Amino acid sequence: MTATVLQAKGITKEFPGVLANDHVDFDLREGEIHALLGENGAGKSTLMNIIYGLYNQDEGEIIINGQPSNITTPNDAIEYGIGMVHQHFMLIPVFRVTENIMLGAETLHRDKNRTPPFWKRGIFEWVRQLDFLERRAVTKKVSELSHQYGLDIDPDAIVGDLPVGVQQRVEIIKALYRNAKILILDEPSAVLTPQEVEDLFRIMRELTSRGVSIIFITHKLKEVLAVADRITVMRAGKVVDTVIPEESNEQKLASLMVGRDVLLKVDKKTAHPKGDVLTVSDLRVVDHRKLDVVRGVSFNVRRGEILGIAGVQGNGQTELIEALTGLRPTRSGKVILAGKDVTGKPPRVVTEAGLGHIPEDRQRHGLVLSYPITDNIMLCTYYLPPFAKGFTIQQKAVDEVTRQLIKAFDVRTPSPFVITSKLSGGNQQKVIVARELSRPVNLLIANQPTRGLDVGSIEYIHKEIIAMRDRGVGVLLVSAELDEILSLSDRIAVIYRGEIVTTVDAKDATREQLGLWMAGAKPESA
Amino acid sequence: MDWRRFSFIALIIATLFGIVVSIGHEQTSPAIIITSMLATTIAVATPLTLGALSGVYCERAGVVNIGIEGMMLSGAFFGWLAAIYMNSVFNFSTMPSLLIGVLAAMLAGGAFGWLHALLSVTFKVDQIIGGTVINMLAIGITGFLNRQLFFEKGSIFGGQVPHAPGVLPRIQLPILADIPVVGRVFDQQPIAITAILLVFLTHYILFFTRWGLRTRAVGEHPRAADTVGINVRKVRYANVIIGGLMAGLGGAYFTLESVPSFEPLMTNGRGFIALAAMIFGNWTPIGSWAAALIFGAAQAMQINLQFFREMIPAQWAFLQQSYIVGLAPYILTMIILTGIIGKNVPPAADGLPYEK
Ligand SMILES: Nc1ncnc2c1ncn2[C@@H]1O[C@H](COP(=O)(O)OP(=O)(O)OP(=O)(O)O)[C@@H](O)[C@H]1O
Ligand SMILES: [Mg+2]
Repeated sequence: MTATVLQAKGITKEFPGVLANDHVDFDLREGEIHALLGENGAGKSTLMNIIYGLYNQDEGEIIINGQPSNITTPNDAIEYGIGMVHQHFMLIPVFRVTENIMLGAETLHRDKNRTPPFWKRGIFEWVRQLDFLERRAVTKKVSELSHQYGLDIDPDAIVGDLPVGVQQRVEIIKALYRNAKILILDEPSAVLTPQEVEDLFRIMRELTSRGVSIIFITHKLKEVLAVADRITVMRAGKVVDTVIPEESNEQKLASLMVGRDVLLKVDKKTAHPKGDVLTVSDLRVVDHRKLDVVRGVSFNVRRGEILGIAGVQGNGQTELIEALTGLRPTRSGKVILAGKDVTGKPPRVVTEAGLGHIPEDRQRHGLVLSYPITDNIMLCTYYLPPFAKGFTIQQKAVDEVTRQLIKAFDVRTPSPFVITSKLSGGNQQKVIVARELSRPVNLLIANQPTRGLDVGSIEYIHKEIIAMRDRGVGVLLVSAELDEILSLSDRIAVIYRGEIVTTVDAKDATREQLGLWMAGAKPESA
Repeated sequence: MDWRRFSFIALIIATLFGIVVSIGHEQTSPAIIITSMLATTIAVATPLTLGALSGVYCERAGVVNIGIEGMMLSGAFFGWLAAIYMNSVFNFSTMPSLLIGVLAAMLAGGAFGWLHALLSVTFKVDQIIGGTVINMLAIGITGFLNRQLFFEKGSIFGGQVPHAPGVLPRIQLPILADIPVVGRVFDQQPIAITAILLVFLTHYILFFTRWGLRTRAVGEHPRAADTVGINVRKVRYANVIIGGLMAGLGGAYFTLESVPSFEPLMTNGRGFIALAAMIFGNWTPIGSWAAALIFGAAQAMQINLQFFREMIPAQWAFLQQSYIVGLAPYILTMIILTGIIGKNVPPAADGLPYEK
């Protein structure tokens, strides 16, 4: 039997009003991929943050290689060879890749040589702060690591310019650079394209074959079954069970997580679409570098139908949605929403024409993280009844609505007044979804609506989206998950390099065919 | 800093110089006007440069500092006080008194820096309010002590301001100062020279050392810095105190290098102009210095125009009104802060307290 490299014993952590970890036992064996599953707010990130020294546990201990450890800061964890890739990346966008990697573990110009001269020792140690940073050595080591593990990367790139998939590699190299033997990956696949996920799994296997042990958090059951050696399921701060993939399946895992049976297939009746709610004609949009990214797109969404947009990320979906919602100027073309010309109009006007929008980046465009849940719930319509009467906010009404939504959408929080940045990632997403799905709208634009959500919540939100469709709302769905597109949409448009290559009936679409079109294959003109 | 800003700065400075040259060229040769103006520009830009560096250290670490004005004012007062004390109470000779004065000025600024760090890092007070507190406190303390020590009967100096030890002497930079005509530019007093050296030292520290990398990281994304084991609190404290030292040194310029006396409120808004220079310099030391030189040039114009008062042509008569010329730095500040010359991008976590 292989050695246990890390063992958490009876870890307990309480936040005001929530018992985030309740006597959690967890262990990691050498060279294994140990998946951690659990509902949103189950306490997965909290447990990992404790192991990494960002939070300190109230009770319990962490044993590393058989020795009790005393981890109170990330520095301690790094010393013990623990590395962590956080759910929301911990990279500095304006820094170069090398700078991000060396930060906190810098090499100084004369490190390689013997002991420093007397005027840089003892009480003069601080003088070393002024030594020249050695970048070349870092670049070299980064290239070595990236070769060794097949993590392709340009050490001199500015991190903010890189796609998320590549940023994630930077995070992984950052951990390896510090000689991490235990790697924690907190929902690494939530923001990746299917191709990037494949790459990630390849990298993970490469790492374990070299003796690195990995804790892998995800909500995607298929992924878990594909890569994990063991699976631990958490619910409401407790460990429910640890299983091996051979003896489990998606359905079983889902019920373990949620505590009831979950419908993994979407159940929907045929759509009965009526007239157009959104008509987009010949829309052109440029990105921040002034490059054409949406190149003459035309389509329509009818009331009572779901139009899915399938495409590999980076083919103009983001900019298309931003243009439709008024967040980005359009170069030319026309957008008609519920009979109103909203081309290039500000978000307020578009919202008032009846748009609901679940944005792609929840932390940047969906929430004001420093506001409590209540304020985020009224964010779009704070000036309208029931939230406002004349110039005054009706706090009672706001609280009331918020409480109802928290209940309906199962947002896990001790109170409606919690600052949203303190919610778990998935619960932040639920706050946005609750706000947008509960308003009377004509059109819902849902960009990655279930990113980072657990299976139970996905089931619920899918049901709600379909209920909205059946009430006569038009839905425009963008998702990197082909499964989500296939199971929800009535029609599917495929976007490639800023153009819609084809639109098909969802009944006639197959995974394989869509995949080909998304990769640039020309559809036969029928 | 991009080339657009640098060319804008060069253009403004050239225009200001051009105005004076075009008025005075019949009496004095352009070369002499330009070199003497350049020398004045560099000298009077000193407190702005140091104030801007103060801002660079603080804000790069994520702490907004609008207390530069107060830190400077207290530097000016305590530096002067220490110099007088040494000179007239302990009978130190001029140079040692002045040097101790400079040290005291820096310490006074540093102490206020520590206070600002305490308020904004430890107690997480709104940083604008913290800075305002510092400004008011400095005005109050310096005004009060000035009155109590020098103008009250029975006070230490017996109601009489003692003889000031004078100002720091000029240093003729070897070789450079000997160049004919242009040499005048390199004939400067020590704080002015130190300020310029500090500009380049700060540039080096910020962009080429471990200290700088960590400082910038903390100002951009403190949580990310925390996850790689950097002590956000320590880094912020250290940089805000260094910022205080810089502002204190800038204060010493007023009473130990420019004139040998102290007046209440004598910094006269320079701390805020320094802040504007830092913003226009996009939080970089060299850019801030360049921007500080604009204000220096405006002041140099004001000073030089006085020599050529009679020669100002009738249609430019408004230039004879020295208060109009005196407004130039403030108007420039407003134009610059509108951001029409390119966008100003502060450090991402500037002004935000770090919560675990
Ligand atoms: N800093 C904090 N302050 C207060 N409460 C917190 C804090 N961090 C987490 N919590 C609470 O602890 C609980 C567990 O959160 P955690 O982030 O560990 O969930 P998670 O399992 O990672 O969920 P997700 O899948 O949504 O990311 C949640 O109820 C959350 O609101
Ligand atoms: Mg989490």
